[in-house]
Amino acid sequence: MKTAADADKPPSKRETLEILPERAPTFRTVSGRPIERLYTAKDLEGLDYSRDINDPGAFPYTRGIHPTGYRGKLWTMRQFSGFGTPEESNQRNKALLRAGGTGLSIAFDLPTPMGRDPDHELSLGEVGKCGVNVTSLADMETLFDGIALGDITTSMTINSPAAMIFAMYLIVAETQGASWNTLSGTIQNDILKEFIAQKEYIFPPRPSMRLITDIFGFCSKHVPKWNTISVSGYHIREAGATALQELAFTLRDGIEYVQWGVDRGLQVDDFVPRISFFFNAHSDFFEEIAKYRAARKIWAHAMRDRFAAKSERSWKLRFHTQTAGVSLTAQQPYNNVVRTALQALSGVLGGTNSLHTNSLDEALALPTAEAATLALRTQQIIAHESGVANVVDPLGGSYFVEKLTKEMEDGALAYFDQIDSMGGMVEAIERGFPQREISESAYRFQQAVERKDRVIVGVNDFVQENEPPIEILYIDESAADKQLAKLAKLRNTRDNDRVKRSLDALGAAARTSANLMPPILDAVRAYATIGEMCDALREVWGEYEEVPVI
Amino acid sequence: MADGRKLRVVIAKPGLDGHDRGAKVIARALRDAGMEVIYTGLRQTPEQVVAAALQEDADVIGLSILSGAHNHIAPRLMELLKEKGLDDVLVVIGGIIPDVDIPKLRQIGVKGVFLPGTPMQDIVDFINTNARARV
Repeated sequence: MKTAADADKPPSKRETLEILPERAPTFRTVSGRPIERLYTAKDLEGLDYSRDINDPGAFPYTRGIHPTGYRGKLWTMRQFSGFGTPEESNQRNKALLRAGGTGLSIAFDLPTPMGRDPDHELSLGEVGKCGVNVTSLADMETLFDGIALGDITTSMTINSPAAMIFAMYLIVAETQGASWNTLSGTIQNDILKEFIAQKEYIFPPRPSMRLITDIFGFCSKHVPKWNTISVSGYHIREAGATALQELAFTLRDGIEYVQWGVDRGLQVDDFVPRISFFFNAHSDFFEEIAKYRAARKIWAHAMRDRFAAKSERSWKLRFHTQTAGVSLTAQQPYNNVVRTALQALSGVLGGTNSLHTNSLDEALALPTAEAATLALRTQQIIAHESGVANVVDPLGGSYFVEKLTKEMEDGALAYFDQIDSMGGMVEAIERGFPQREISESAYRFQQAVERKDRVIVGVNDFVQENEPPIEILYIDESAADKQLAKLAKLRNTRDNDRVKRSLDALGAAARTSANLMPPILDAVRAYATIGEMCDALREVWGEYEEVPVI
Repeated sequence: MADGRKLRVVIAKPGLDGHDRGAKVIARALRDAGMEVIYTGLRQTPEQVVAAALQEDADVIGLSILSGAHNHIAPRLMELLKEKGLDDVLVVIGGIIPDVDIPKLRQIGVKGVFLPGTPMQDIVDFINTNARARV
C-alpha cells in the first residue's frame, strides 16, 4: 500500500519509462550514430584537458584556433554567387563592393570547370546557368574590370582547371599593376573530392594531383598569401556521406595533398599554412559541432606528428562552412530559413572561420536577390543578436559534445587506417572505396526517409496540400548566345600562331616533370581558351572515366 | 509486365553536371523494386542516351538533370527517339525543374516529371503503371 511519503517521492527512471515510454527504441543522429539518453562525467574518463581539449588557441585546437574566438573578429560572411556573362557578374560584384563587401566569391557555370568552351557539344544548355562563364583571359578581364584585385580577396570555386583560371586572375592583376606578392584569396583546387563526390573531373587522378602540387610550389614562391586549396567535405556530404565520412575523407584528402607536396620536394611549412578546409553544416546540431572540433584536433596531430611540421600555422586548421543544400526542401520552402539558421548556428558554435548560408529557394532554382539577402541576414542575426559570438567555444566541457568529438576523432582515425592500408587516398579512390561508402549511406538515408524513421517536415510528415508557388529566379538563354559570339570573335582576332605555339609548349611540358604554371600563364597571355588548354593536356594525360558504383 | 519480363530501365545523367546522388539512389530503388536497371554514368549526350536505350532494349528512360539544361536536352532526346522508332519508350525526368517548364516537357512527350522530395515508391509505382515491356 502506498503511503503519503511514497506519493511525494519523485518517480524512478524505471517508473518514468513505464508511465512515458521513450519516443523511439533507439535515438540516432542524422548520420545514423546511436545517441545515449544521458552523458555524464563518466563519458569523459580517459580524456585529459590539456592534452586532448586545451584552451582555444592552444594545441590541438579542439576549442578553436584563436584564443579570443569571435570576440576579436567575427567569421567572414562570404556568400557564393554568380550566373550569366562576365559582364553581368562584373556589375553584380561591383554592387556588392559598393555595399561594403571586401571579398568576392565566384561561382562558375558547368562548361568552365569541365574545361569545355561554349561551342563544345556538351556545353549545350549549360553556358552561364549555374555560374558565370569564363572561357579566356578576355572574360576574366571583363569579370574584374574596374575592381582593384590588390584591394579585395577573391574566392574561386574551380577545381580541374584551377591552374588555368588562377593564371587568368594573376594576369589581370599584373595588368592592373597589383603585385602577386600581395594578392589574397582562395581557389578550391580540390580534385580528390571531385573523384569522390561531385564528379567534375577532367584528367585522371595522378596528373590531376601533379597540377595541384605545381600550384603549391608556384604559389609558395610567387603568390605567398594565396590559399592554394580548399579541401572540401561539403560536396562529399551533399553526395550522401555521413558526418563521420565527411570528416574522415576530407581530412584524409588533406593528408594526401600534403604527402604529394612533400614527395614533390616541397617543405611542409612552406605550403601547408596555405591549405584551408570547407565543411558542410547539416541538420544534426551537436554532431556537426563535434565534427568541426574533431577536425581541428586531427589535423593538428597529423601535421605535427605525421609530417613533422614545425610551424603552428601548419597545425591550425582553418575552415569555411556552408549550410546543407541537400537538406533544403522544395515543399514549404520557408521552412528552409529555419533549417539554415540552425545549421549556421552549429557552424558558428563549432568555430568556423567563414560561412555561407543557403537561400530558402535553392531546392527550386538559384536564389532570388531577396532570398539571398535573407540568407545573409540570418548570419547577421546570429552574429549580432544571439550573443553566441561573445564567448569562445561555449560548448567546451559539455559531457555530450566532448564525448561526441572523441567518437568522431576515433571513427575518422579508423577510416585513415583503412585508407592507409590501401596505399593512400588516390589508391582508395581508384578502387571506388569512398564512392561506395557514400552511395551506401545515401541509399540508407533515403530508405529511412521513406520508412518515416526520419521525419522531414513538409516532405514525409506535416505535409501541406495545394501550396502556393513562390517566386523563383529564371535564367534565360541569352548568356550562351553572347558568349558564343564573343568566342567566335576571339578566335578570329587573336594571334593564332602564338596560341598554337603556347599550346604545343604546354603539351610538351606536361610530358616532363616541369612545373606547369609558367606554360599555362603563357597560353593564357596568348588568349588560348580553357577548352584549348585542357585539350592540350587531355592529349597527353587522357580523360578520367569512372566506373559507376550503384 | 504482361509477359513477365522485367522492365528494363536506362538511367542517364545527360549534360555536364556530376551530381549523381539522385540518379544512383533511384537506380538502386528501381533495381530493388525488381526492374533491370542500366546506369549510363555521367555526361551522356542525348545521342548516347538513345543509343544506350536501343542497345539495351529499354522500356523506360529516366533522366536526372539538376543544372537547368533540361530545355535543351529533353527536346533533342524526344526527337531522336522518334527518329529511331522508339517513341513507345516511357521517358521520365527527375531533378530541379522550374514549374513553368513542366507543361512544355509533357507536351513533347515526357510522361513523368519528379521534383525534389518525391518518394522513391511513387516513382516505382508510376513506372509500373505507365511502362509496358516491349516485345
